[in-house]
Amino acid sequence: MLELQSLYRHFGSLKVIDGLDLSVAKGEVLGVLGPNGAGKTTLFNVILGVLAPTAGKIIFEGREMTRMRPWDRCRAGIGRTYQVPKPFSNMSAYENVLAGAVSGGGLPLRQARDWAMEVLDLTGLDHRTASPAGSLSLLDLKRLEFAKAIACRPRLLLLDEIAGGLTDYECDALLEIVQTVRKQGATIIWIEHVIHALRRVATRLAVLYGGAIISNGAPDAVLADPKVREVYLGVEA
Amino acid sequence: MFEPKAFWTVAMGRGLLALGAAVLIVGPALFSIPQLQLLTQFLSLLVIAIMWNLLAGYADIVSIGQHAFVGIGAYAFYGFAVFAGLNPFIALVMAGATALLFALPVMLVIFRLREAYLAVGSWVVAETLMLIAGKLSAFGGGSGVSMPVSVVKELGAQPALRYETIYWLSFALAGLALASTFILMRSRVGIGLTAMRDDEEGAGAIGVNLIRSRILCFLWAAPFLGIAGGIITLQKLRVAPPASFSITDWTVYVIFIVVIGGIGSFEGPIIGTIVFFLIRQYLADIGVWHFILLGVLSIAVILVEPRGLWGLLRRIVPQDLIPVSHAPPRRRRAQTPDADKAPSPTL
Ligand SMILES: Nc1ncnc2c1ncn2[C@@H]1O[C@H](COP(=O)(O)OP(=O)(O)O)[C@@H](O)[C@H]1O
Ligand SMILES: [Mg+2]
Repeated sequence: MLELQSLYRHFGSLKVIDGLDLSVAKGEVLGVLGPNGAGKTTLFNVILGVLAPTAGKIIFEGREMTRMRPWDRCRAGIGRTYQVPKPFSNMSAYENVLAGAVSGGGLPLRQARDWAMEVLDLTGLDHRTASPAGSLSLLDLKRLEFAKAIACRPRLLLLDEIAGGLTDYECDALLEIVQTVRKQGATIIWIEHVIHALRRVATRLAVLYGGAIISNGAPDAVLADPKVREVYLGVEA
Repeated sequence: MFEPKAFWTVAMGRGLLALGAAVLIVGPALFSIPQLQLLTQFLSLLVIAIMWNLLAGYADIVSIGQHAFVGIGAYAFYGFAVFAGLNPFIALVMAGATALLFALPVMLVIFRLREAYLAVGSWVVAETLMLIAGKLSAFGGGSGVSMPVSVVKELGAQPALRYETIYWLSFALAGLALASTFILMRSRVGIGLTAMRDDEEGAGAIGVNLIRSRILCFLWAAPFLGIAGGIITLQKLRVAPPASFSITDWTVYVIFIVVIGGIGSFEGPIIGTIVFFLIRQYLADIGVWHFILLGVLSIAVILVEPRGLWGLLRRIVPQDLIPVSHAPPRRRRAQTPDADKAPSPTL
């Protein structure tokens, strides 16, 4: 479904993505791990087209989109959340989601209204529909990021650290939403530090380090990989 | 939840707007010719402010070359009405069409630029067009030319009737600008524009086509500015490069108006234009100081509340006075209190 071929993204002399190859099949939930500053968010920015790759190719559903604009990629079926929420602060939570439904989701207004309400229900924002997004708590802002992305009806959903700082109860609720979205057919790439959350939904894990994927495969195998333990888990173990 | 105070502020605001509209509708019956002329200026400037707000407040096209389109409209109107001998009403429509036509190449130039470069670029384009207008000998070159009386008479035999006609033209244009821009902002495109206003990258990421939105806004504004230029010409009865392409009147004042009233809101330009005319009418005696006062007021407003007077008022008024935003639909089913109900089954 998504194919990244020898992808590079440099910032001056800083080689953040450095010869990365990755492919994701339809229906997968790929968990992406990597220490802070490994380039995970940069990878999402490149996949969505917010940043152009220095070199390499991005192929989505058989179509090369390396030069496509972010909104065209969104319309083509890629949705994303931002690690640092990017709400439309002066619009209500409902309008934030509505904007995704009419733009990326391509729905006519009448259908978009119902869809936006459904997404708000799904993400637990149904009691905040009329609140200005700028007044939401951090937890609700994270929910809103998720809601905006889902509103675009993506076939590939990129989640960037949405579980950090949640209580166990909130984390369970979040996992349930991720599962629901997945059952409805979305493929997911999820960047997350909260490993126990990833383990419960990820069908595969990949570890990003030094600008490339150093380990990739079944979750248990990746977590047991000595290379991974050294560069990533080593800090915590 | 019913909050009486909130309810009354909204009701009062809407009441004031309705009263203002009512006064404008019965205006010709109430006011003297000079007063009517003032209202005509008010309505023309309101149109220009609405358009600058659409560009700068939503589409992030911070143009300081708006006066170009007012000037093009003025000259085109003169050309179509005087040289082509068209009926003034049709000439006004042609002025709008000409401004739209000019917007295409201008857009190709300035859309290659961003932010400060775009602002400077739009100014350079406008000044260049003014210089070109000054070279048109048929339009009196640098000193301009007056409207022949024969054209003016087509609007009415006596001055009173003419001024009333011009007033109604500006009234109709302002009404059209408000109504159509309202519909635009309520549409899917407008929802995207509002998202752009708040966060451009975020808007792109949810599928808002930033480039297409900018093009639409630019082309939307041009004909309104052009027709406003034509109406202003009818009122002044002459075209001249520095007046028709006045950066002070059609760009600088307009920036003050929108900034003071509240950039990026529908109400902002309306409030700003009212404040501007009040200041100009009552403080005109202090000469150039009223200009300085406007500048200082703009800066003060930005420092206190970047979203202008309307942003300040919005702290006590809980809703749009003109409802461009979308309220969540009412639930069809009764709201159940349990928060952890099963997630919806359709994506
Ligand atoms: N736009 C940018 N310009 C310069 N450096 C950047 C930019 N974006 C990210 N970086 C750098 O790239 C590195 C990786 O950042 P990021 O992708 O955010 O890491 P992660 O999400 O894995 O924590 C960091 O060193 C960061 O400073
Ligand atoms: Mg990150």
